[in-house]
Amino acid sequence: MYQYDEIDQRIVDERVAQFRSQTQRFLTGELSEDDFRPLRLQNGLYIQRHAPMLRVAIPYGVLSSRQLHMLAHIARTYDRGLGHFTTRQNIQYNWPPLERVPDILADLATVQMHAIQTSGNCVRNTTTDHFAGVAADELIDPRVYCELIRQWSTFHPEFAYLPRKFKIAVNGAVADRAATWVHDIGLHVCTDDAGHLGFRVIVGGGLGRTPIIGTVIREFLPVQHVLTYLDAILRIYNRHGRRDNKHKARIKILVKSLTPERFQQEVEEEWARLKDGPATVVPEELARIEARMIRPQYAALPAQSAVLKEALERDIPFKRWHERNVHAHKVAGYASVVLSLKPTGTPPGDASAVQMDAVADLADQYGFGEIRVSHEQNLILPDIAQDDLPALYLALKELGFATPNIGLLTNIIACPGGDYCSLANARSIPVAQAIQERFNDLDELYEIGELDLNISGCMNACGHHHVGHIGILGVDKHGQEFYQITIGGSQAPARIGRVIGPSVSQEEVPDVMEQLIDVYLEQRNGGHERFVDVVERVGLEPFRARIYDEPHLEVANG
Amino acid sequence: MVKLILGSTLVDDSFVTVESLEQAANLPDVIVPLTVFVAHKAQWLARSGKLGVWLAAGDDAEVLAEDLEHLSVVAIDFPSFTDGRGYSTARLLREKYHYRGQVRAVGDVFRDVMFYLARCGFNAFVVRASDTPENALLGLNTFSESYQSGVDKPAPLYRRRLA
Ligand code: SF4
Repeated sequence: MYQYDEIDQRIVDERVAQFRSQTQRFLTGELSEDDFRPLRLQNGLYIQRHAPMLRVAIPYGVLSSRQLHMLAHIARTYDRGLGHFTTRQNIQYNWPPLERVPDILADLATVQMHAIQTSGNCVRNTTTDHFAGVAADELIDPRVYCELIRQWSTFHPEFAYLPRKFKIAVNGAVADRAATWVHDIGLHVCTDDAGHLGFRVIVGGGLGRTPIIGTVIREFLPVQHVLTYLDAILRIYNRHGRRDNKHKARIKILVKSLTPERFQQEVEEEWARLKDGPATVVPEELARIEARMIRPQYAALPAQSAVLKEALERDIPFKRWHERNVHAHKVAGYASVVLSLKPTGTPPGDASAVQMDAVADLADQYGFGEIRVSHEQNLILPDIAQDDLPALYLALKELGFATPNIGLLTNIIACPGGDYCSLANARSIPVAQAIQERFNDLDELYEIGELDLNISGCMNACGHHHVGHIGILGVDKHGQEFYQITIGGSQAPARIGRVIGPSVSQEEVPDVMEQLIDVYLEQRNGGHERFVDVVERVGLEPFRARIYDEPHLEVANG
Repeated sequence: MVKLILGSTLVDDSFVTVESLEQAANLPDVIVPLTVFVAHKAQWLARSGKLGVWLAAGDDAEVLAEDLEHLSVVAIDFPSFTDGRGYSTARLLREKYHYRGQVRAVGDVFRDVMFYLARCGFNAFVVRASDTPENALLGLNTFSESYQSGVDKPAPLYRRRLA
């Protein structure tokens, strides 16, 4: 992970002072509500249903144990002892008192953290593969470029007041684990014929109200040009993106209305002038960032651990957990461990202060003091010696983070929804819990196999429901909470799910899930055909028919 | 006279914003909206006294490209500070058209946006009524360092770190 130097630290400290002044001026009435709103949003501070909500940045999802201890401290001191990890690799606190937020930011700054640009119409936290640096299929470590982009986007003077929020994802591996096709800009590493490194530039993807898969506007952008190219794209967007209707203000709408060809042409024209200018990345800077990244000092271990082998033979629950929650590592003798924040009965992505402290301690004890936040709202200990897996498993079980459900139906992604979020049409968390309760049998879960189930409480799609194999979207029907079900979505390759029919009530959701699963199990050709593959092969009809053509279900109109 | 922040000092503004040639008749220094300027370009350029053009947030600076050498001021309006188009307009004026005169921020201009404005090439600021120029001046020093290339410092931090 990147270590701040004196300048990085000073900038964050100055931000704390700035926000303290803004908060004070708001509280004394010098800044109006309307002035303060955009200013506080650029610091991740929302005024929510019950209280403010503060979103803290976890740049590209990487935390040190010291930082995680600080997140626990903040949960304990300023909140109700809880934090909520989001699908964008950040953490949210749901109860911080407004007047204490400057103190929270000051505490965060002591561990090189902040809440800069975690909301608002600006460039947000850049996200990446949560297995960056440990994945075997990696061409580059995307975190070096994420840090470069983090610095470029931090207080970018020209792009602080864009038409709408702006999200960039970087993927450094062959497989896309950063969802680059559904971001405002996706950068996917590639090489040219001569073996030079560059990025494929994808623009205008996104979920939300109008889900769109992005378009490639440049097949190969040499790495040194990445910032000037971003400047060119953002400038075209800042000048021409719609500002009259916030539902049409994302870059995807601009790309669509101009046509991708025209958009690309405008970007290339703008870029022609910026190219090779002062913002061109110098190799020394990439080397400097790399040098400030703390890298684990791996031991030379045998590729096969005898301890692990023995435990796998002896202990069935451990074997199950190992199968689901442990990932291969590029270094021999190591593994990456996913901590499931999705046990039945707790809101997906929630962790208590006690749990955060415990995970930080485990990262120190068994790893190299590093923790990742995944897009699926789980935590990852990226560098664990295989010998330590049995002991770590026991510790995680104790903490409630060893549910062996990674990749399975109950590893539900859910936004905070109506329990917390003022934009919600419907609640997400109780729906997730009801589904987890319905599918509580592990054997059944394993039989069903790989399945992504994503829930959003409204069109804003924070739960990424469009790319869930099953997606659930909260809708408002005459003041009542209903849920629209989509199937066949997928994150990689990016595919948008299709609506199966009229929305259903909250009580009906678990039944509908069961029916979907029944149809899947009847239709599949053997255990390796996943739910999403069956939808792809047989289409919506068998699923739709089971749910809507049988008399037991009462659905609202359309 | 209206107080203007010029660079980082407070001065009296010699310019008056007018809507027509008639209004400008007895005034030395005037600023006129882009459409008014374009409609009677020759007359405006023939006047004695200094001339400025006022751009709305959505106006394209390119329209002025040929005339910039005759303009003392380009004023860019921020109808609301959350409309950030003017930042790009100012950068284009400075970096693409190499305009050296005064680029003035008008409209919803106050302390908390001053730093960004200055970095994008604005060097004059008419502060809105609900803030004071003295207070707004404090905003120029919000940060002591910046990462990116800007009009104020074209070399980004990573180049300056090498120097
Ligand atoms: S999807 Fe809607 S309800 Fe859920 S967190 Fe986002 S805005 Fe709130």
